[in-house]
Amino acid sequence: MRVNALPAAADEAETQARRAEVMAALARALPRAALLWRREDTAPYECDGLTAYRAAPLLVVMPHSDAEVAAVLAVCHALEVPVVARGAGTGLSGGALPHRLGVTLSLAKFTRILQVDPLACTAVVQAGVRNLSISEAAAPFGLYYAPDPSSQIACTIGGNVAENAGGVHCLKYGLTLHNVLRVRGYTAAGEPVEFGSAALDAAGLDLLPIIVGSEGMLAVVTEATVKLIPMPPLARCIMASFGDIESAGSAVANIIARGIIPAGLELMDRRMTAAAENFVHAGYDLEAAAILLCESDGTAAEVAEEIERMMAVLRASGATRIEVSADEAQRQRFWSGRKNAFPASGGISPDYLCMDSTIPRRHLAEMLRTIESMESTYGLRCVNVFHAGDGNLHPLILFDAADPDELRRAERFGADILETSVRLGGTVTGEHGVGVEKLNSMCVQFSAAEREQFFAIKRAFDPRELLNPGKVIPSLQRCAEYGKMHVHRGMLRFAELPRF
Amino acid sequence: MKAGDAALARVIDAVHAARADRTPLEIRGGGTKSFYGEMPSGRPLPLAALDGITSYEPSELVVTARAGTRLAELEAALAVQEQCLAFEPPRFAAGGTVGGMVAAGLSGPARAAAGSVRDHLLGATVLNGRGELLTFGGQVMKNVAGYDVARLLCGSWGILGLICQVSLKVLPRRPAALTLCFDCSEAEALQRLRHWASRPLPVTASAWHDGRLYLRLAGARAALDAAQAELGGAPLDADVAERWWRGVRDHRLEFFAIGAAALARGEALWRVSLPAASAPLGLPGAQFIEWGGNLRWLRGGASASLVRAAAGAAGGHATLVRAADKSAGAFTPVGEPLLGLHRRLKESFDPHGIFNPGRLYPGL
Repeated sequence: MRVNALPAAADEAETQARRAEVMAALARALPRAALLWRREDTAPYECDGLTAYRAAPLLVVMPHSDAEVAAVLAVCHALEVPVVARGAGTGLSGGALPHRLGVTLSLAKFTRILQVDPLACTAVVQAGVRNLSISEAAAPFGLYYAPDPSSQIACTIGGNVAENAGGVHCLKYGLTLHNVLRVRGYTAAGEPVEFGSAALDAAGLDLLPIIVGSEGMLAVVTEATVKLIPMPPLARCIMASFGDIESAGSAVANIIARGIIPAGLELMDRRMTAAAENFVHAGYDLEAAAILLCESDGTAAEVAEEIERMMAVLRASGATRIEVSADEAQRQRFWSGRKNAFPASGGISPDYLCMDSTIPRRHLAEMLRTIESMESTYGLRCVNVFHAGDGNLHPLILFDAADPDELRRAERFGADILETSVRLGGTVTGEHGVGVEKLNSMCVQFSAAEREQFFAIKRAFDPRELLNPGKVIPSLQRCAEYGKMHVHRGMLRFAELPRF
Repeated sequence: MKAGDAALARVIDAVHAARADRTPLEIRGGGTKSFYGEMPSGRPLPLAALDGITSYEPSELVVTARAGTRLAELEAALAVQEQCLAFEPPRFAAGGTVGGMVAAGLSGPARAAAGSVRDHLLGATVLNGRGELLTFGGQVMKNVAGYDVARLLCGSWGILGLICQVSLKVLPRRPAALTLCFDCSEAEALQRLRHWASRPLPVTASAWHDGRLYLRLAGARAALDAAQAELGGAPLDADVAERWWRGVRDHRLEFFAIGAAALARGEALWRVSLPAASAPLGLPGAQFIEWGGNLRWLRGGASASLVRAAAGAAGGHATLVRAADKSAGAFTPVGEPLLGLHRRLKESFDPHGIFNPGRLYPGL
């Protein structure tokens, strides 16, 4: 609502005329039913998982085939219409927020699993295939797709590629980038293009890592070839309680320092634990200041040996209570609370802002104390859930969007967390992407020259700057304005100077 | 990195000077991979003085080192903490550097199991052709702020920018290793490798050459014992196995040693990268297979067009690694629209074309 304020009447007439022009051109390329333009039809596309930001697109198009995607892009390129690609719309940073004068390109019809190859251990899937359904299709072969963002029942592989999605198991098994071999799709002009290959590398520059995580700004992806890995025969999860958050933080560092890479290592603070327990009844320890979930997977012998080592470190780090999942049902129950942390937070507050910064693990305890003091500064509550093994934080700032002042304070609280993360040697986003939400914070993390290099890369792929324009990289003016209005601990005073 | 750093200041000056007098630079680490790829050209810019481990936090699993740091020095520092570079970068000769390792983007025997050098790169500080010092990525495991430019530099052969410093993810060394040998044909080896790849086995490397399949397993003792019971095969003595895998990694085995006489006869070493389940290539010459079938080294006199056609038909690509005549191009050429993207990306980083021109593709 605030991003693209309602256009004035004159603008509205202009928008209508533009809509008619683009509709007419697109109608020559794809069936009428693939074009959505009535407000009631486009309303579900006005936001993604970051619901505080909304805008009405000019049109929504729903192509059914690669040829139709190419045609949409060619038409939009010729008419210089912005294109915002969209998967399931579960993103948390506004990456799929529509452009008022742009086309939202939904890949919802691209739901076919084209191939599961148990010999090569790969699957070829269309962009709109849900994350979890890849693993379901691979399961008969004893294989699965490792990255498991919490939204995996709904989010699509195309969206995962756009955001380089992670999940609770990426400490051991890597992010989307580490599990995708090749993507196919189209350039901004509608030319077919392929990045990566079905082999472990491709000829020329390795462009796959800049496509993965580029938030739909460099190309439109319609197909991905992903790696499948053997399902571990066994997984067991330890739930460890701690009397204070510092001990939980150091337990995380101690486990890694002992040479153990758990399959998952997650931390929840007391308030998050209570909200999650109330939501799913996972059997969490409500007395603890923080709980850690620490998972081991592998053969029965490997797991037995690793669980022993993990428990020894947890005990030595001051765990007050340790429980190991006795069976698969209990393990799933331990994880159910963690995986439902976001919806559970919805149960204790009308709205929440989910932050996503990553910091070096050794600063976890300091970060938690800082967030606690920010709660009084901004007059808002915050609950914490972390991918602790990766140092990836998800503080959830609780607020009521009906109160404009609360939203404003929540945004400032969030920006403060992100800037603190940068100061501690971290990054403003670990796995959710920049979208529109973290544009200002990008001014803090990157110098003007670095941001200009990002723009130059964008133009190399998309010279007319039509793919998801305005996302991810803040303009020089925006950063200058942000610097003026929001000088914070002196950090931004020289935001335009190169930083080494 | 500190702008006041004397070694860095000299490198920045050299870039400004090259830009001013339009003289291309040949970025030089240890020079151990100068035989690989297209011929280096330009005014040599040695990075040996830009060395040293900047920070190393074993419990963070991250090390940051300047580009000229000797790979041997880095690996020794990691070994003290029982950690390692899990992707086992090849060391074709002594003196290789961390910057060269990233620029070449080559990974060793563990690649199929542990990931590539690109997968372990967390961040990089790079000089672009305008002489601007830019940092992308960082020292944390998860980072999606902006495009992942650091990883784009992996395997770029220095054509985009001058890598000054990198942060790498490091991992604990595996507690125990076991190498099992099986006598079998190429076709049988490929079949077995693919079958094993779909089983939860602690395989960290595989190789087949001259009728013998080698499988390296690593992990907890109990897991190794269980795997051996399942797989059978003849265990290799631990010291012999370690030396052998080092030979694979660093190309010290006889297969990889092509002398001047053989080169003059038209023999060449090809690196053929293929989809994992590809059938035997059936090309003339000797073969050395790695990475569960994904990587096939070919030694012989097959013509470039024959090798590239076979690799392309299988969905892969072929690099002419060692040859007297590389006029067919060291790397498989890319077509449009990728070639245009390569040109525009090069232009975006290095508008004056001063960094390693022609090292990856002629004219780039």
